[in-house]
Amino acid sequence: MLKLQHISKTFNPGTVNSKTVLSDFSLELQDGDFVTIIGSNGAGKSTLLNAISGTFLVDQGRILLDEQDITLLPRHKRAAMIGHLFQDPLKGTAPNMTLEENLALSYRRGSRRGFSVGIHREDRELFRKTLARLGLGLEDRLTSKVGLLSGGQRQAVALLMSTMVTPKLLLLDEHTAALDPATAQKVLDITREIVSEGHITTMMITHNIASALAIGNRTIMMDQGQVILDIQGQERENMTVEDLLARFQAKSNKKLDNDRMLLENN
Amino acid sequence: MSMYAFQGAVELGLIYALMALGIFVSYRILDVADLTVDGSFTLGASVSVVCVLEGHPVLALFAGAIAGSLAGIVTAFLQTKLKIQPILAGILVMTGLYSINLRVMGSSNVSLLGEDTVFTWIQELLGEDYGSLVLALVVALVVCILLGLFFNTQLGLSIRATGDNEDMVLASSINANFTKTVGLALANALVGLSGAMLAQYQGFSEATMGIGMVVIGLASLIIGEVIFGNRTVVRNILAVVLGAVIYRIIIALVLETNMAPGDLKLISSLIVAIAISYPTIRGILNQRKLRRKGDRNRA
Repeated sequence: MLKLQHISKTFNPGTVNSKTVLSDFSLELQDGDFVTIIGSNGAGKSTLLNAISGTFLVDQGRILLDEQDITLLPRHKRAAMIGHLFQDPLKGTAPNMTLEENLALSYRRGSRRGFSVGIHREDRELFRKTLARLGLGLEDRLTSKVGLLSGGQRQAVALLMSTMVTPKLLLLDEHTAALDPATAQKVLDITREIVSEGHITTMMITHNIASALAIGNRTIMMDQGQVILDIQGQERENMTVEDLLARFQAKSNKKLDNDRMLLENN
Repeated sequence: MSMYAFQGAVELGLIYALMALGIFVSYRILDVADLTVDGSFTLGASVSVVCVLEGHPVLALFAGAIAGSLAGIVTAFLQTKLKIQPILAGILVMTGLYSINLRVMGSSNVSLLGEDTVFTWIQELLGEDYGSLVLALVVALVVCILLGLFFNTQLGLSIRATGDNEDMVLASSINANFTKTVGLALANALVGLSGAMLAQYQGFSEATMGIGMVVIGLASLIIGEVIFGNRTVVRNILAVVLGAVIYRIIIALVLETNMAPGDLKLISSLIVAIAISYPTIRGILNQRKLRRKGDRNRA
């Protein structure tokens, strides 16, 4: 499904600020995999997702999605196949446009935009149905500007937008981290539902180790741009949070220093 | 103000409204301060007078719009592909256009005295009293309708989203460089059309006629939005047109008070500066008030 072959990325090469974030990184995902990613601050988790979605081009290596080489494809072309959600709920939606206009834009993902009407009547019906599934009461607010919605609502909408046209790959970069616990749980539940329904191959960064083990079918732990632990199946089912922390210390010779992780597990 | 002067102000306002709509597209929709306008306005006028002298007044309007859109495409290319800051890209094209405009006209000003223009034609057809007004009104209306329709098409939505949240646009698999280019081409086509109309209306074109157009356009935009609101795109478009007309009426009133016409640009700049900084100034004043209140409560 997704193949990352020996990719490397160094920011500001040749300067004092030179920083190698990914070095000779390889990973292979099966169709329908739901991988959770954990690791310390600066381990390269977000950089990995950004490399896949095309925020920047990698220095070395190849990225294959469904046998197609996307290594040099610009970001907006990859976006036709890849959904990418960020921690900041403001990033995924256009605040000064209405809810239905936002949805209409993402509904045409991967197809050309021409001079035909932006929102057809049957589109509205579909949007209303899709929004009703969220259970946030948004189906009656199609003509509200998205900027008026709360952070949690906007993130839920952004999630819908990136999955309305089922992507081949969904990248979630701590997409619930900026939300209050109840809303975060709700968005997470919706995520699981959408992912399992569309059988979407997904990579999710999280700082919550417990949910990293509970959600999905595979967990990888990153440190200094490398995978230091990759578990699935029986081994993963038997793993506890304590085991995982111990494994991390043994592998990297240091304590897990993700500040939020520590706060939540102490 | 005499009825005659008032009607003249409305006619000019409707012609300048096209330019203000161009500013609306770049400044409000795309969220880019596009300074190309000072140059593309004169470019539209230059191309227009050349076509009129060749005997094609109607073609002149289309040629002016197309020339303007080409200027917009050049600015967009500098911004998106060559990564020059938007403001500087506009200044570069505007400055370069000064030389091009002189080349197009062949001299620093061209008179259309005795030539057939769209305005002389329409006056022959509808009479001298209201001919020009009707033409200016019809063109402005048609442009408004087309713009309103366009910004609700899929491409139009994409352009609006580009100015609102570029991240979201890229994530929706839209090429933001393309939408920016279309947007700037459209904006400057409107500006070029406005220049082409004005040259025929006033019967001449000169190399310096575009100076200060950005500020005039912004002033019209802001006046219109303050008075008529900007809740929806269609409403905003109408507000800009009305704002441009009101701006011209204000100018006509000011001119009647024996003020030097040369001072007008200063006044326009002040209007824009005050209007744009208004929220900040209000914030500072509110904070002062709160602080004074706090002092009083402590005392």
